[in-house]
Amino acid sequence: MDAAAPKPGENQGEPLPRIDARLKVTGQAHYPADLPTANIAYGALSTSSIARGRVTKLRLDDARAVPGLLDIVTYGDMDKVEKPKFGNSGATSIGPLHDRTIFHDGQIIALAVAETFEAAEEAAQLIRAEYEEEKPTASFDSPGAKTVDAAGKNPMHKEDVKAGNFDAAYAAAPVRIDARYSTPTQHHNPIELFSTTAFWQGDQLIVHEPTQNVTGWKVELARQLKIDPANVRILSPFIGGAFGSKGPMTPRTAIVAVAAKRLGRPVRCVTSRMQAFGTQTYRAETRHRIRIGAGRDGRITAFAHEGWEVTSRADAYVVAGTSATGRMYDYGSVLTHVSLVEADRNTPGYMRSPPETPYVYALENAMDEMAVTLGMDPVEFRRINEPKVEPIGKKPFSSRSLIQCYDQAADAFGWAKRDPKVGAMRDGDWLVGMGCATAIYPTAAAPCAARVRLTSDGDVRVQCGSHEIGTGVRTVAGQMASERLGVPIDKVNVEMGDSSLPPAPVSGGSISTASVCSAVLKACDAIRTKLSVGATAEGRPLAGSHNEELDFADGKIVAKGGASAKIEDVFKIMQVGAIDEYAEFAPKGATPGALKKLYAGQPEFHGGDHDEDSVKYAFGAEFVEVRINRYTREIRVPRIVGAFAAGRIMNTRTARSQLMGGMIWGIGQALQEATEVDGRYARYVNRDLQDYLVPVNADIRDLQVILVPEVDHAVNPAGVKGLGELGNVGTAAAVASAVYHATGNRIRDLPIRIDQLIA
Amino acid sequence: MRPFVYEQPNDISAAVAIASRFTTDDEQPTRANAQFIAGGTNLADYMKLGVAVPNRLLDLNRLEEPALRQIRVSDDGIRFGALVRMGEAADHAEVKRRCPVIADSLRLAASGQIRNMASLAGNILQRTRCEYFRETSWPCNKRVPGSGCAAMEGFNRQHAVLGASDACIATYHGDFAQALIALDAVVRAEGSRGARKVPFARLHRLPRDTPHIETDLAADEIITAIEVPAVAWARRSRYLKIRDRESYAFALASAAVALDLDGDSVREARIALGGVATVPWRARAAEAALQDKKLDEASADAAAQAAFADAESRQHNAFKVELGKRTLVRALLETRDMKV
Repeated sequence: MDAAAPKPGENQGEPLPRIDARLKVTGQAHYPADLPTANIAYGALSTSSIARGRVTKLRLDDARAVPGLLDIVTYGDMDKVEKPKFGNSGATSIGPLHDRTIFHDGQIIALAVAETFEAAEEAAQLIRAEYEEEKPTASFDSPGAKTVDAAGKNPMHKEDVKAGNFDAAYAAAPVRIDARYSTPTQHHNPIELFSTTAFWQGDQLIVHEPTQNVTGWKVELARQLKIDPANVRILSPFIGGAFGSKGPMTPRTAIVAVAAKRLGRPVRCVTSRMQAFGTQTYRAETRHRIRIGAGRDGRITAFAHEGWEVTSRADAYVVAGTSATGRMYDYGSVLTHVSLVEADRNTPGYMRSPPETPYVYALENAMDEMAVTLGMDPVEFRRINEPKVEPIGKKPFSSRSLIQCYDQAADAFGWAKRDPKVGAMRDGDWLVGMGCATAIYPTAAAPCAARVRLTSDGDVRVQCGSHEIGTGVRTVAGQMASERLGVPIDKVNVEMGDSSLPPAPVSGGSISTASVCSAVLKACDAIRTKLSVGATAEGRPLAGSHNEELDFADGKIVAKGGASAKIEDVFKIMQVGAIDEYAEFAPKGATPGALKKLYAGQPEFHGGDHDEDSVKYAFGAEFVEVRINRYTREIRVPRIVGAFAAGRIMNTRTARSQLMGGMIWGIGQALQEATEVDGRYARYVNRDLQDYLVPVNADIRDLQVILVPEVDHAVNPAGVKGLGELGNVGTAAAVASAVYHATGNRIRDLPIRIDQLIA
Repeated sequence: MRPFVYEQPNDISAAVAIASRFTTDDEQPTRANAQFIAGGTNLADYMKLGVAVPNRLLDLNRLEEPALRQIRVSDDGIRFGALVRMGEAADHAEVKRRCPVIADSLRLAASGQIRNMASLAGNILQRTRCEYFRETSWPCNKRVPGSGCAAMEGFNRQHAVLGASDACIATYHGDFAQALIALDAVVRAEGSRGARKVPFARLHRLPRDTPHIETDLAADEIITAIEVPAVAWARRSRYLKIRDRESYAFALASAAVALDLDGDSVREARIALGGVATVPWRARAAEAALQDKKLDEASADAAAQAAFADAESRQHNAFKVELGKRTLVRALLETRDMKV
C-alpha cells in the first residue's frame, strides 16, 4: 500500500486501480471528439462581442469565400427546431439562433462548417456582425441590476429555511458578529474542450459529446429536433473533466445536429477555450451576509445567512446553499434569505458542490471569526455547537462523524502545536498560519437501472448509462459486481456513457456511486438468487443450504459449513450459458412515477434534506498551513490535511483521489481562481488558462487525506455517501482562517491574493 | 486560421533576403507581411487568435550557422546564439556560476515544455499578454493603431505602473530581459543593411503614442546573438519573481539585481524591474541611491522608493507599486546575502 492506495479501514473497499487506467494513459481511450473519423466536416462557432442588444446585420461574404467552406448555420436556420429549455438537461432557455437578441457576451451568432478545421476557423473569424448595442448590466452593483427573491423561482429552492426567532435571539446574544463575504465568478475549464460531433443514419441521430447526462440529453435533444427519442443516441464513453460543466446540454448540440442534417455528413464542432466562457455554464459570483449571536460559553443562539447570486436575465439559476449552512450546527434560531440578481450574462450552472462551495465558505469564515471573537479554539467552538438533530426540521442525521473527522485531522496535522496568537508563528522571513474548516455535502441518490450478465466462463458485463467523468464510477461499479459475484475484477467489463444502455441519472450531486452501485447490487443479487436456487435444489451440490447463507467468492458458491460448488459447474447443472439480469433501483421515498421519470431523463433526487426520517450528509474537516512572505506577501500552502467520513467507501484509491482533487481545487479557489468581468461591457476578460489560474504541481506540497470509517445503512442499499463534491467544500475558509492567523488580516472576498495583503 | 506561406531558409543571408523581398522599410516586424519564427511559443498562439497575421513565415530553425545554437563562455563574457533554447541556457553550468541572474530568470519562466521550445532571441521579443491585446474584439492601440485602449479603464491588474502612456499600459511580461538589461547586454542583429550591435537597453521602445512600434529592429533584421559582458557584479546576482502561483505564471513584480560589494558597501549595483513596466526596465535611480552606501533594509527601501517614484497606477494595479518596492527590497537583501 502507498499513499495513493490507502489501506482499507472498516467498511472500506480495496484500492483497486481504475479498470480503464491503462486505456487512458496509453491513449487508447477514445474521447467524444476523437470519433468518428470518416468523412468529417468541421464546424467553428462565431460568437457575439457584445453582451446586450440585437444583431442587425450579419456579413457572411468573406466567410463564404473561404476555400472549403460548406455551410453557415445562422438566424433562420433553426426556425423548425424547438428552443432549448432551462432545467436539469438544458443549460439555458436562450436559443441563440432563434432570435437576433443578444443576451450575453460570447453568444453564438453562427456556425461555419468547412472541409477542414482550419477553414472553418478562418470562416468563423471572418463573419462580421453589426449590432444595435444597449448598455449591459454586468453584475452586482451594475446599473440596471435587478434583485428578486430566489425562493419559488426555481424548483431547486422552494423556500428560505428558518427556525425559531432569530431577531430576538440575536438581539439578546452577548457576543455577536455581522460580516459580509463574497466569491467570484468561476469557470470549470476542464482540460477536455467542449465539443459536439453529430451525424445521421437515416432517421437516427448519433451524437458524440462529452456529457454527464446521456439519457437526459437524448430526450431533450429529441424534443428540440421534434423527433422520437428512440432515434437519438448520445455517446460519451470517456470524459476529460466535467465538474458539472457537461451536465446540462447547451444550444450548440442542436445547432451541430442541424448542420449535419443539412450536409448529410458528420459535423464536428470543438469550441475554443475562449468561446467556452460564453457558450457553457459557470459558477456565478455570490455575496453573503452572516450574523451569528452566541453566549460567552460559545453556544450559538442565533444564525442568519443571507445570500445574493447573479443569474442571467433569461433563467433563474439558483444554488441557495443556505439549506446546508442552516443545518450545519446547533444554532438555536435560524434565519436565511436568498436573492437573485439578474444581469446580462449567460446562464450559470452546476459547478462542483454548487451550493456548498460559496455558502459554506462564508459560514466557515464566519465561524472562525466568531471563535476569534470568543477567544476560543476554532475546533472547540465547533465541538460545542455540534447538534443532536438538525435545527430546521429537528430531524436526526442518518450519521454524522464530523467530530471524529476533526479529531483525526487535527491529530495528523499537529493542531496542538499551533500557537493561537495571531502572527506568533514564523519561519525566517515567512509568517506561518494555521486554520481549519468544516466540509459538508448532502447525500442523495436517484433511480437508476443496470444490466449485469454473468457467463458460465465467469465473465461479467455490467451495463449502465452512467458516466465516467473521472470519479472512478466505472471501476467501483465493476468492483461491486466482482465482490457480489465472486469473480476477479479483470473478468468484469463495464459499459457506460451511452444512451442506449439502461438509464442512469445525471452524474451530478455526487449521486453516481450510490445510485449506480445500488442498481448493480440489485442485478447481481438477482443473479445470485438464480444460481443459488440452481445450486441448492434437491440433488444439487449444495442441497439443504439456505440461499441467504451462501457466499460467492473465488468463482465458487460457498455454503456456511464450508461446502462449495464452482459457479461454472452450477451453470452446467442448470443447463444455461449466461444469466442476464436487468435491475431498477429506486431510493427510499421515490414517488410512484419515479422510474418512468428516469427513462424520461428527469430523475428524482432523494436524500439530503428531503427525506422524512432523517437528514443525510457526508462531513469532513480540513486543516491548512499557509506561509506568507513578510515582504512580498505571496501565500503558499505547504500542508493540508483533510479527514472525511462518507459511509461505505467502495474503493479507497478512487475515494482519496476524488477528495484530493477537491482539496487542490479548494486551494485554487482560495488563492487563484476567478473569472474577471469587465463591468463596462459585461464581458469576460481572462478567457484562457494563461490568465485564469488554477493550481500547478508546484503549488501543492504535502497533502493528506484521511478516510474516517463510518457505517450508514439508512442512506441507500449500498451504504454509500457520495464524496465527489465534498473535498472542495470548506477548503477556502480554512485557508482564509490560516491567512488571518498568520497576518491578522481577515480576508472575506475570494480569491485571497497579494493585492489584499499588501496594503 | 488564415493560410500563410511557410519557408525554411538555410542561412542567415537567405532569411534576410526573403524577408527583405516581402517587407518594406516602414513596416514594423510585428505587423509585417513576412515574419520570422523560431520556437513559435508566442507567435503561433497569436496567429491562432488572429492577433498576428503574417502571410509568410520564415522558420529560422534550419539556419546552418553553428554559432546560432552555441553558448560561448570566455574572459570577455558569455555569448548566447539566438537559437539557443531557454532550457539549455538555464541549465548551463557556467551560466549558472557566472551569471546566476540569467539562469534564474530563465528557470522561473514559462514551463519545462515551453523552455525546451522557446529560443532566447524569441524570448526577448515576446509580445505582451495584455488580455485586451490578445482578443481581437477589443480596441487596442498596440494591435490596431488608433483604435483605443480597453485596458486603461478596464481590468488592468496585470498592467504596467512604469513607462506607460495614454495610449498603452500593457506590461512587458518577459523575465530574461530584466537580467540582460541589468548586465548591460548587447544584441547582435543582421539585416539587409548589414550587421550591427544594439545595446539591450535600446532594443525595446516605450509605448508613448506609438505602442505598435515595439522594438528598434527592422522587419528584415534577425537577432543572431546576445552578448553579456564579463562584469564584476555578475556573480552576485539574482532574479526574484513574485506571482500568483508558484510556477508557470507571469510576474506580478520581479527584480533582477546584480551587486559588486565592498564589504557591506555597494561598489556597483544593477537593478532591473519586471512585471511592472511596459518595457524591460532599468532602475537607474535606484542604482544611484545605493552607490557607496551600506546595503541594509533602510538603504534598500530608499532605493525602492526611488525606483517607483514615477509610478502611475490604475484601478486594479495599484498594489503593484507597493509590491514592486518590496520585491526590490527583498531581492537586494537576498542578493547581498548570497554566498559568492
